Amino acid sequence: MELLCPAGNLPALKTAVDNGADAVYIGFKDDTNARHFAGLNFTDKKLDKAVDYIRSHDRHLHVAINTFAHPGKLERWERAVDRCADMGVDAAIISDVAVLDYATKKYPDLELHLSVQASATNVEAINFYTNNFNVSRVVLPRVLSIHQVKQLARNTDVELEVFAFGSLCIMAEGRCYLSSYLTGESPNTVGACSPAKFVRWEETQQGLESRLNGVLIDRYQAEEKTGYPTLCKGRFNVDGKVFHALEEPTSLNTLALIPELAQAKISAVKIEGRQRSPAYTEQVTKVWRAAIDRYRQDPERYQVEAAWNKQLDQLSEGTSTTLGAYHRDWQ
Amino acid sequence: MKYALGPILYYWPKQQVEDFYSAAVNSEADIIYLGETVCSKRRELKPKDWLGLAKEIADSGKQVVLSTMALLEAPSEVNILRKYCENGDFIVEANDFGAINLLAEAKTPFVCGHALNVYNAQVLQLLVNKGMQRWVMPVELSRDWLMQLQEDSRLLNIRDQFEIEVFAHGHLPLAYSARCFTARSENRAKDDCELCCINHVNGKPVYSQDDKELFTINGIQTMSGYKYNLLNDVASMQDLVDVVRVSPLGDSAFETLGQFKQAAENNIKFDLQLDRECNGYWHQIAGLDTLNA
Repeated sequence: MELLCPAGNLPALKTAVDNGADAVYIGFKDDTNARHFAGLNFTDKKLDKAVDYIRSHDRHLHVAINTFAHPGKLERWERAVDRCADMGVDAAIISDVAVLDYATKKYPDLELHLSVQASATNVEAINFYTNNFNVSRVVLPRVLSIHQVKQLARNTDVELEVFAFGSLCIMAEGRCYLSSYLTGESPNTVGACSPAKFVRWEETQQGLESRLNGVLIDRYQAEEKTGYPTLCKGRFNVDGKVFHALEEPTSLNTLALIPELAQAKISAVKIEGRQRSPAYTEQVTKVWRAAIDRYRQDPERYQVEAAWNKQLDQLSEGTSTTLGAYHRDWQ
Repeated sequence: MKYALGPILYYWPKQQVEDFYSAAVNSEADIIYLGETVCSKRRELKPKDWLGLAKEIADSGKQVVLSTMALLEAPSEVNILRKYCENGDFIVEANDFGAINLLAEAKTPFVCGHALNVYNAQVLQLLVNKGMQRWVMPVELSRDWLMQLQEDSRLLNIRDQFEIEVFAHGHLPLAYSARCFTARSENRAKDDCELCCINHVNGKPVYSQDDKELFTINGIQTMSGYKYNLLNDVASMQDLVDVVRVSPLGDSAFETLGQFKQAAENNIKFDLQLDRECNGYWHQIAGLDTLNA
C-alpha cells in the first residue's frame, strides 16, 4: 500500500520524501490543477528540481491535471500532459475525458490515474474509464462506505486509491457547484473551492462573522474556535435550528482502517493538503509512515497509537477527526 | 426551440406523481423526462411503474426520456440502472459515466445529463460517437461558455449531431453526497431515514444566520435556495439552445412552460423576485446573483 503525500511547493515535496512518502503528488502553477491558489504549485524550473529530488530518492511523482478544460482552451491541458510526459513523471492524475483521450492516444506509455474529480463511484463508471482510456488507477471519491470500497475492489482489476487523511470533502468530488453558486468560481472551472479572495471577517454585535462573497457562513462567540469559511462547513438555519446543516469542520482520519484497506488490496492511501504547510506534510507523513510500517511488521496486532491520533488531531480542521462516509453512521 | 419537463427531483407520493404526468401529457412540453435521479431508497414508484408511465406518456406523442441516478454506489443501484439502459423502447438520460458505459454497450441512444462533467466540445465528440443525441449543459456554466463550446463543435463538425438543452427553471441541483441532509436535519441516521424527504415536496430550505435563503436540501442532493429562472434570457437563446428545461415544482410547472414559450416568442420581460430567484450562472457571475436586464 503506497503512501501518497501532497506537496504545494518544493520544501513540502522534500519533507514528504524525507519523512517516508512512497510517492508525492503536485500540480502545475495554473488552472489545470484543483489547488490553484496564490503562492502554490510548480513552475517548470521547480518541477525539474522536484523530479531530480524524487529520482535521487527512488520515489514516485504524480502530477494532478484535475480540472476540466475550458472550451477553446484545451491546448493548455494538453500542454500540461506533454510536460508530464517530457519530464518522465510516474503518473498523471486526470479528470477530463478530453484530456484522458489526448493522453491515451499521444502517450500510450504514460501512466494515467483517474482523478477523484471525475467522480467514479461504481464499477460501471470505472469500466467506462478503463475501457476507453489508458487508466490504470482510480482515485475513489470520499462518498463510499468501507463496505462499498471493498465491494468495488473485489469487482475491478484496476488499482484503487483512497483518501486517508485531510480536509473532508463531503460531496462527491467533481460534482459540487456550491462554491460557484456563491462566488462564481468552483473547483471544476477555476480549480478552487471557497476561494480566499472572497473571504471577509467582521466583528459585529452578534459575534465574529465569516462571509464568503458577502454571504454569512458562520458567526462565532468569543470562546468559540473559528474556521476557514468553506461553505459546506458553516452553521445554517433549518427548521429554526442553527447548526452545521451540511458538515462540521472536521478532518478525515482513517488510521483505524489501515488493516481493512490493506486486506482489500487498496493500492495507495492519499493524504489531502497540497495547500498546507511543509510542517503539516512532515507531521502527517511521519505518522502515516509509522502506522503503515507497524501494520506491515505485525498485521495481526496492529492498533492505532493514541499518540498518532493526537498528532493528527492537532493538524486537523476544527481539531477533530472522523471516519467520514467510510463509516455508515456518518452518512 | 423545444420545451422539456425535467425529472421530478423531489420525493412525491405515487398518486401525486401519476396526477402530475396525467396533466403533463396535455401541457406545452415537447419532451418529458421521468425517473428517480436522487436516491435509490425512494420507491413509491418501482422501475416497472416508471416504465408503465413512460409508455402511457409516449402514446400522447411526446418524447419520453428515462432519467437515471446521479450518484451510484451500491451494486443494487447499478443493477437497476442496467435495466433502464437495456429497456429497448426509450432513450435514457445518463447522469453518471457508468450509465454511458452501459448505454454504449446496449447501443441505446442517450441524453447526457447536467450532472456529468462535460465542459468542452472534445468530450461531446467522444460522446456523440457513443450514441449521445442531446447534451444538458452543467448548471454552473454560462451563455459565454456555451457560445465558445458551440463554436468548437462547429469546428469539429459535430454541431448538427446533437441537441443542446439548458436547465432554465427550478432549484438548481448543486451537489451530491453520501450523507442524507434531510435525515440529518431531523436527527435521523440515513439508514433510519423513514423516507422523511417525502414530507418536503419541494425540498427543505436552509437559511444563513441572517435569513438569506441559501440552499435547499433534498435528501443527498444540495440545491440552490433561490429558484433559477431564465425567463428573461430565453429570447436570446434562439440559435444557441435547442431545448429549454423546466424542473417541476408541482403543477405550476405547466404554467411556467407556457411563460417560457411566450417569452421566447414575444420577447416579454418578467420581473424576477430578487430574494427568491436568480439567473447568475447564465450571465457568468455567482449563481445566486441576478442580472435584471
